[in-house]
Amino acid sequence: MRFDTVIIGGGLAGLVAGISLQQAGHRTAIVSTGQNALHFFSGSFESMDEAPERLKTLFAGAGIRLHYSAGVRLMPLGIFREAALSLEDVSLLPEPCFADKVLILGIPGYLDFFPSFLAEGLEKQGIVCRTSMLNLPESVRESPAEIRSVTLARMFDRNWDRVVQQVRLLLKDEDGVVLPQVFGLEDPSVPERIRQGIPARVVFAGTMPPSVPGIRTQLLLKRRYEVLGGTYLGGDEALEARVEGDSVRSVTTRNLDRHALEADHFVLASGGFFSKGLRSNPFRVWEPVFGLDVAYDEDRNAWYNDNFAEDQPYMNYGVRTDEALHPLVEGRPLRNLYAIGSVLGATRPELGSGGGLAIRTAFHAVDEILEAV
Amino acid sequence: MNPQEKTVSKHNFEECMKCTVCTVYCPVLQVNPRYPGPKQAGPDGERLRLKDPYFFSYALKYCMNCKRCEVACPSGVKVADLIQAARIKYDKSVPPLRDRLLASTDLMGSVARPVSRIVNGVTGLGVTRSVLDATLRIDHRRVFPKYSGRSFEAWLKRRAKEQAAFPEQVAYFHGCYVNYNNPALGKDLVKVLNALGVGVQLLDKEKCCGIAMITNGMSAQATRNAEHNVASLRKAVSERGLKVVTTSSSCSLTLRVEYPNLLGVDNADVRDAVMMATRYIFERLEAGATLRFRPGFHKKVAYHVPCHMERLGWGVFSERLLRMIPGVEFMLLDSACCGIAGTYGFKKENYESAQAVGAPLFEQIRAVDPEVVACDCETCKWQIEMSTGYTVQNPISILAEAIL
Repeated sequence: MRFDTVIIGGGLAGLVAGISLQQAGHRTAIVSTGQNALHFFSGSFESMDEAPERLKTLFAGAGIRLHYSAGVRLMPLGIFREAALSLEDVSLLPEPCFADKVLILGIPGYLDFFPSFLAEGLEKQGIVCRTSMLNLPESVRESPAEIRSVTLARMFDRNWDRVVQQVRLLLKDEDGVVLPQVFGLEDPSVPERIRQGIPARVVFAGTMPPSVPGIRTQLLLKRRYEVLGGTYLGGDEALEARVEGDSVRSVTTRNLDRHALEADHFVLASGGFFSKGLRSNPFRVWEPVFGLDVAYDEDRNAWYNDNFAEDQPYMNYGVRTDEALHPLVEGRPLRNLYAIGSVLGATRPELGSGGGLAIRTAFHAVDEILEAV
Repeated sequence: MNPQEKTVSKHNFEECMKCTVCTVYCPVLQVNPRYPGPKQAGPDGERLRLKDPYFFSYALKYCMNCKRCEVACPSGVKVADLIQAARIKYDKSVPPLRDRLLASTDLMGSVARPVSRIVNGVTGLGVTRSVLDATLRIDHRRVFPKYSGRSFEAWLKRRAKEQAAFPEQVAYFHGCYVNYNNPALGKDLVKVLNALGVGVQLLDKEKCCGIAMITNGMSAQATRNAEHNVASLRKAVSERGLKVVTTSSSCSLTLRVEYPNLLGVDNADVRDAVMMATRYIFERLEAGATLRFRPGFHKKVAYHVPCHMERLGWGVFSERLLRMIPGVEFMLLDSACCGIAGTYGFKKENYESAQAVGAPLFEQIRAVDPEVVACDCETCKWQIEMSTGYTVQNPISILAEAIL
């Protein structure tokens, strides 16, 4: 099967590249090995201070609204972290002390959100906290230990107005409310409607995975990509590439077996270790599809830091590329392949990390591909 | 030595890193508060079951075996296989008569076919459905598939000579549905393949692929069918040098994937030769074959990728084929389960769940308002037609209509 561009990886980087190329009239396919890091997305794009116009347009086309202002966001354990470009769910606060008194609301049986931790953190900022529980409008699980963010979000999509009513009844003199980020799985407007219905500053705090805003982002971007005519091969896996000279000719996948995907350009957006874009065993780190050069320490003892909480060096490992993001094989670039997103690790620190890295490198690859045509 | 090579576990279950992604895409978890979900029923539960079979839970029967957890898993864990394998291994209860009847599609077909008029008339009656509901717990709201008076096998056998005259040959695993319920789909396939210069043969003798038996606790019988079918496939593939096509995504998945993974029936030598007809046709067209299309053909088609087609990863072939038909206005529906999952939605205890699972898909179909919904699965067809009123056609039938 022939495409203009084949993208390996269906997460943020792959979808941003795919949507941009489809919009430019390219025919593309995305090969996605299961779901991706967007399912753990905080809602804030790391290392992005503002949204480039093309990103805003791209996300708006998919029905996702972004906002940005330099400030902080509330983390799940009650600390604050700097943030700028974010989904609308995320409250960007000019300073940590966002209210005098805050009502923190948990959900009975839901173990992936921690009101008491949040209270402890907020009290350090001098905020007076009270915790309480939201009642569920309907029974969602026989065993409450199985309640997850997505289950709640699906139910609240139908019943968000009842959350508003309950919060209004529970509010005493608080000028702030903290709710878990479990709103608006299908309908992105739900968080904003809840904010507007409550006469206090509403801040959504992240939960344990899966991330509701992240899944929504994935669903909407994938839908947009398919509406534009893109071919999303979900649950498939790129296995091997056929390379001639300094160009990739085709890629085979597990599901399509002998039926190779041919293209003029290829984009590697396969992610880091979690997504198996990078693999390791006790002896080496490698990139499995193209066998690209990977930057890592030869000495295995240098891969990790004994202190679990410290930065782990292996998280910086990634494929080596030239300036234009063409990855290298034995030091020589593959001219029609681009590496974007987390598979780069921290080999290009100037391009940022996380969401910022995914977006910047995706746009870079798109520009190079469109220029080459 | 590479120590990590030694840690590969059955169905890859040790690869699970508890990321919870599978729970997002499980259609049952969303609607049934009693189902523990793919993570707990699959890899989490497997750890406990390996310690002590006491931890096996009968709630695993709520799994529809749609495989969406496997498609979503970033770590390659065969979550649904783990669940079905646990049911095969630990559930020693005898399936109730209702489940045995529903799963015996082959037997039911051969009994009903000769008296199809009577059967179709009787199953259409409200009173029959009330009786079936009360006695067998087959939900009275469910519409039954109609049986055909003449089997597809009999039809094709009479044309064996004419089919043998084509320069190229392919074998067709028609499945119970085409044989007993919808021979017209088989005839459509023959029309399209003949137009490509390919004659169609039957397998030596095929039995039901057995997918409904696997999910209804009849794995011993499913295994017997699997062994029989693999032997028949082997004759076609190895002795006659043929490819084998199917028009049902669930039959394809069972023949290719479920036999080795769940029933332990080795199909390695024939697996690659078995494929969906849409893939076979697409590949021939890609290799230069041509079809002559009817001028003036027009159809607004919304394509629903069945769960098992998602798992095979072959929706793209049906999509491409439909898109290349001149006059087809194509729209891809969001990837979602219709809720029927074979025999699952027929059971009284699952009816509400099945309809709730399918609701978003039905809503989208109504919003798109196509002339037909295209889909490669017969049970999806029953469910979508019953729940939306829209006609559902196999992509092969649409293609057959569009060619001269």
